[in-house]
Amino acid sequence: MPDRPDIAYLYDGSFPGFFCCVFESFLRKEIPAAILAYEEPQGILYGTRDIETDMEKAKRVMRSIPRKISGEAMGLVRLSFLSCMEERELRILRFLRLGYQIGPRVTGMLTHDAVAPLERAARYVLNEREKYLGFVRFSDYDGALVSVIEPQNNLLPLLKNHFCDRLSGETFLIYDKTHRQALLHQKGQSGILPLDSLDLPDTGREELAFRALWRRFYDTIAVEGRINPKGRMTHMPKRYWNRLTEFQTDAPVQRTLPEEPG
Amino acid sequence: MDVMEKLTVLTDAAKYDVACTSSGTDRKGEKGGLGSAVSGGICHSFAADGRCISLLKVLMSNACAYDCGYCVNRRSNDTPRATFSPRELAELTIQFYRRNYIEGLFLSSAVIKNPDYTCERMLEVLSLVRNEYGFRGYIHVKAIPGADDRLLQALGLLADRMSVNLELPSQESLKLLAPDKPKENILGPMGKIRTGIQENRKDLVRYKHTPRFVPAGQSTQMIIGATPETDYQILTLSAALYKKYDLKRVFYSAYIPVVAGRNLPALHTKPPLLREHRLYQADWLLRFYGFEATELLDEEHQSFNPLIDPKCNWAIHHYGLFPVEVNRAPYEMLLRVPGIGVKSAQKIIKARRAGSLDFEDLGKMRVVLKRAQYFITCRGRAVAGIRMDQEAVLRGLLSDKSMQMLTEQPPEQLSLFEDSTREELQKCLTGQI
Repeated sequence: MPDRPDIAYLYDGSFPGFFCCVFESFLRKEIPAAILAYEEPQGILYGTRDIETDMEKAKRVMRSIPRKISGEAMGLVRLSFLSCMEERELRILRFLRLGYQIGPRVTGMLTHDAVAPLERAARYVLNEREKYLGFVRFSDYDGALVSVIEPQNNLLPLLKNHFCDRLSGETFLIYDKTHRQALLHQKGQSGILPLDSLDLPDTGREELAFRALWRRFYDTIAVEGRINPKGRMTHMPKRYWNRLTEFQTDAPVQRTLPEEPG
Repeated sequence: MDVMEKLTVLTDAAKYDVACTSSGTDRKGEKGGLGSAVSGGICHSFAADGRCISLLKVLMSNACAYDCGYCVNRRSNDTPRATFSPRELAELTIQFYRRNYIEGLFLSSAVIKNPDYTCERMLEVLSLVRNEYGFRGYIHVKAIPGADDRLLQALGLLADRMSVNLELPSQESLKLLAPDKPKENILGPMGKIRTGIQENRKDLVRYKHTPRFVPAGQSTQMIIGATPETDYQILTLSAALYKKYDLKRVFYSAYIPVVAGRNLPALHTKPPLLREHRLYQADWLLRFYGFEATELLDEEHQSFNPLIDPKCNWAIHHYGLFPVEVNRAPYEMLLRVPGIGVKSAQKIIKARRAGSLDFEDLGKMRVVLKRAQYFITCRGRAVAGIRMDQEAVLRGLLSDKSMQMLTEQPPEQLSLFEDSTREELQKCLTGQI
């Protein structure tokens, strides 16, 4: 099957859109030099072809993966598609080509060059998801909870079930600043929408009070005799810190009442 | 006293309890409700001491009626006292939880007035949180030794995990330092919780809607280094607790002198953190790696080697069993290779079904070879150019830190260990095992 070093596929960046690229690649019996979303910067070394997103084609590919390869392979494709792995589309395409060729055995071939990078990417995505299950911080704005996160991988689809289940009765929004998307949940309904920016209202008194309480808890719970900055950094790298309430400072609030003595 | 001050005092008093895991229960949320539980547990933050913060860990009160020698909250200690009202604590839990600061509540308490009264107040907090706020998140509650069985039962129906702290690893030490807590008062509730869990399990089979009793099981903790028990004694005790009381976890807490006492190590004593670390490593080997306590230590070797971890130590002393062939070794044996953990072992098993593996393949799967390379072969061959004699192996296993320890004067902390370990290791280095 000839490679096509002279052409790049352009698609809309969606999961179905990507499957249409896979469809195109099989139809034309070619592997393009790159698969890029429209918004990504494009190289000048090759020509481009726009791949239209056609749900029928996408469904055909999506259905064929569990049938001709395996459900596990589908899971791997889904996770690595959400990852920030370089050339992820092209790598997934290569994996699928191998998968269609040899069937369900493909996910066991952990050392194959078409499989190992996906395995690593998937693990990376799941690790980051696990971090964010804990590191998401909400602020209450008049009863609605809002959180801003900056994950490296596209995590909202993987956080959705957890938070919608856990905070079912709440109205909340998680804004992924990296990927400019928001997970919105209200009255038992939820969805992920593109969102270019987010303006937050002023923080209320009660919210400030709970933040202060949390910071106090955080500072008090550490045992002085065991201070271990390296250990903390391993589990909670600095890049998460600026979104964590415990490391933020709020402007001091004017107290309306004088402090009670004793 | 306002909530901020209470939170400060009662967090400060609770921080020496090491258990903060939120694991063991899977519970879905409810439509329109608040809270769920995830069996693996979730860490929400890490404190400056590097420990995971998962639960709002506080005492309900630190106004204790007892006078245990090792404890900051003992009656005779001059320290600020505070008590949460059930409403305050419930509100704090819910508001922290909504903001995703925490996974739930860890509630312990000093004994106010008497054990029953204390338990009743804790019960009040739990029923507020569970019944009024409809909270479905995680709750870990401390059983108060000496409280009525019915109260214990009621707490267990609202909590996910219960624990009774063993505090000290032997009866003699307990007598010496916690005269108000006889051994029976600790093992009694532990036994009752175990029985409660077992009966509940039977009922669950029979009746689908039986309320669950302590679904995440029970745990305990003991203080290490305040009293003279050896690692061997502690580890065999843990093994027995896992078997006899069906505990989910045993936690070890390096003793940090917070109060001066006649029967206690001096105030400037450094906490034996390395020793605690070795105990956790060994504990892991018992629970996930198929080791028996007696394989790691025995009558003649009562202390862990400070310089290498228990698994390496075992492997060196059983070097005749190695190297193992990666492509053929059973899972149990792979797990015993230093540097290969549960995840790596599983990956190897999966990958070798697709084809035989060499060292490059292991690298691609991100199996770390730094230590493992001395104990394995791939297709019958060892890593090219590696020396597998005792000295080379030992040098390869020692971390930079351990190397330093061996060349420099041992720091104070090491005096906790038998001198013989040090000598033994130096002997090893010169090839005299």
